[in-house]
Amino acid sequence: MRWWWWLPLLLFAGFLGVATYQLTQPKDDLVPSAMVGKPLPEFDLRAAAEGMPGVSTADFRDGKPRLLNIWASWCLPCIAEAPQLERLKQEGAEIVGIAIRDRPEDVAAFLARHGNPYTRIGGDDLSQVQLAIGSSGVPETFVIDGRGVIRYQHIGDIRAEHVPILLEKLQEAGE
Amino acid sequence: MSLARLRLIRDPRESGDRVRHLRSAWKATSAFAAMALFLIGLLAPQLAAQQSLPPAPYAYRQLEDPAKEAEAQALMETLRCLTCQSQSIADSDAAMAGDMRHQVRTRIAAGETPEAIRAWLVERYGDYVSYAPVVSETTWPLFAVPLLLAAGAGAILWRRLRRAR
Repeated sequence: MRWWWWLPLLLFAGFLGVATYQLTQPKDDLVPSAMVGKPLPEFDLRAAAEGMPGVSTADFRDGKPRLLNIWASWCLPCIAEAPQLERLKQEGAEIVGIAIRDRPEDVAAFLARHGNPYTRIGGDDLSQVQLAIGSSGVPETFVIDGRGVIRYQHIGDIRAEHVPILLEKLQEAGE
Repeated sequence: MSLARLRLIRDPRESGDRVRHLRSAWKATSAFAAMALFLIGLLAPQLAAQQSLPPAPYAYRQLEDPAKEAEAQALMETLRCLTCQSQSIADSDAAMAGDMRHQVRTRIAAGETPEAIRAWLVERYGDYVSYAPVVSETTWPLFAVPLLLAAGAGAILWRRLRRAR
């Protein structure tokens, strides 16, 4: 028998090996935004809660880098990240919120219960801004530099170990 | 206490009081049940709140123009729902998929072409958001390998036929 008769079997074995290896690897569910490095799209959102200003693109163009937190009062992981947002605020970060599909009274109740780290909160009732910046869920946090350019995206709730990373990215955005 | 009644509890504090009451009444035997009830009580208002805002106007409403609706439908079937990931936005009842359908329909109604809308989304989420196959740096082998295999098979066949003659 000629050696290359074994070639198809070897190829098939190789394919099985690759497939088996890939099946044991954890699935990557994150959908990164392709908007990192690009300027924020134009938007102007109504105030999501009484007594707090809404959010527009112009608010990000005053030279100061900020965190843009995409969240919602109905989002459970957002409760988990509330203390970390509070910590970021204490470390000097300015946090602007966008509440997705939310009612003013629900937003107010959430803030009363879990704290209010935001300087502004915009209400995004049709997820229009969320789609425009390439965010695929709540919560997500973006670092926006002083010219309104998206510099970094954090997907999922912020845990204690993410706070230094976000502060570093915020500082980089200010340089 | 029936599950149906529990679902009516909207205020988490109220459900917490009930849990404490249940615990004192049934002691240790009811601890597990109470915990489950407490969790349901905690989750119920959150799940209810998620549904509290009505769906986007064009999430479940078709466009008045049947030609435009058909165009929108065809596009929606090839766009990935980002929160459910294995469904198209046409298939999904997720709130975000509804908002995406609203966006697709209003843009089609405003005269945008389906491919422009797809490009707008790909610019934000990468090729991942689209189910329509594209030839790119990473996907070209998928298209090239079958062609190579067919060419190889053709070459072998040609040689054999020539030898047989």
